[in-house]
Amino acid sequence: MIPAAFEYYRPKDMAGVLSLLEKHGDDARVMAGGHSLIPMMKLRMADVPHLIDLQDVGGMSDIEISGDSIKIGALVTQTKIIDHAGLAEAAPILSEAALQIADPQVRYMGTVGGNVANGDPGNDMPGLMQCLNAIFTVIGTDGERQIAARDFYEGAYATAREDDEVLTAVIIPMPKGGYAYEKQKRKIGDYATAAAAVQIVSGGGACVSASIAMTNLSDVPVFSADAGAALVGTSVDEAALKAAVTAMLGDIDPTEDNRGPVAFKNHVAGIILRRAIARAWSRA
Amino acid sequence: MSKKMHVKLKVNGKEEEFLAEPRELLIYTLRERLNITGPHIGCETSHCGACTVTIDGKSVKSCTMFAVQAEGSEITTIEGIGNPDDLHPLQTAFKEHHGLQCGYCTPGMITRATKLLEETPNPTEEEIRFGMAGNLCRCTGYQNIVKSIQAAAAEMNAAKEAAE
Repeated sequence: MIPAAFEYYRPKDMAGVLSLLEKHGDDARVMAGGHSLIPMMKLRMADVPHLIDLQDVGGMSDIEISGDSIKIGALVTQTKIIDHAGLAEAAPILSEAALQIADPQVRYMGTVGGNVANGDPGNDMPGLMQCLNAIFTVIGTDGERQIAARDFYEGAYATAREDDEVLTAVIIPMPKGGYAYEKQKRKIGDYATAAAAVQIVSGGGACVSASIAMTNLSDVPVFSADAGAALVGTSVDEAALKAAVTAMLGDIDPTEDNRGPVAFKNHVAGIILRRAIARAWSRA
Repeated sequence: MSKKMHVKLKVNGKEEEFLAEPRELLIYTLRERLNITGPHIGCETSHCGACTVTIDGKSVKSCTMFAVQAEGSEITTIEGIGNPDDLHPLQTAFKEHHGLQCGYCTPGMITRATKLLEETPNPTEEEIRFGMAGNLCRCTGYQNIVKSIQAAAAEMNAAKEAAE
């Protein structure tokens, strides 16, 4: 399992990264922890003639919590998400999700930026970030721009990031209410058969707002506005759960693969969403 | 073939310097270049954990890192944890509690467990199973691995108390 030969670069700053990207175009890829990219290079499913390692580039390894938002640098690892006390307080859904990603060794290396930028439909953070209505910051030679997580994903491995841009940070509006990240996987380290991210705000015994996104049930993460809307104004009773699941099933588009046929994936998606809503509601 | 790169790193306290192609995976550097054959190649697909080493305080699957990425880092393998004349408490515990049968996964298991106990000195069974989830064993059924790590934790905690 040896990848094809490539040139390796470890620039010290973003200017160095951007000039390499400008020079080599889509023959170059940036890498943080490498735990999505390196396996694909070993399988020779990813061809990367020029590999740019971001580990020495500063300013992307911090978690900043302010009054109304959370900023997570692209190089923050899943382990750091799990261990961060402030984050556990401000947005516990992040560690609940991160704990369900891969295994301890992979979480020491795998980063938030890599997880969201890679565009793999199996990654957990994209759906989570759509649920939280996060904004991604990308930088290119023309400067920075912001892209909403809900507008970022165009297809499997295809995103709104241009080839010569680097995703540097994720900004999350301070989450409110109850939360849950529920994931069905075949075994430790596997991608989801189905996963659901849910945030619910309650008031006076009723659901005031709900945000729902699903993972690995289409070639992109699926933010289901209709599923969230189905809960609003209800007491999250059986009828509301049914309506939310029906709305969600109308938005996903699973395909048959080694995790099962379409009917099974729809079934699992429904169960997982019900569990996620129930847990989020119990915490709301 | 791409240009070879100069790599300098420290393995088990010893400085190593060599020229390597960027695509050289760290597990091959350790096993074939430096003759450090404790870390094993199991699945080679980031799943089994037989190749686990500690790099700058992190448990890492060395089949999923290029040697050039590890430039400047400090690496500990099973060889740096104990030796036949001076076993680490985890090694003693795995021996006494039958934490292995064929032994293939054991270097990775013990290397990972050293880090787990450093972070969680008094783990519950659930914490051990969760913290060791990146290491697969096809012989033991894991029960004796859990027992071994619990026994080592007790031993190490007692030794620490005695020293205080």
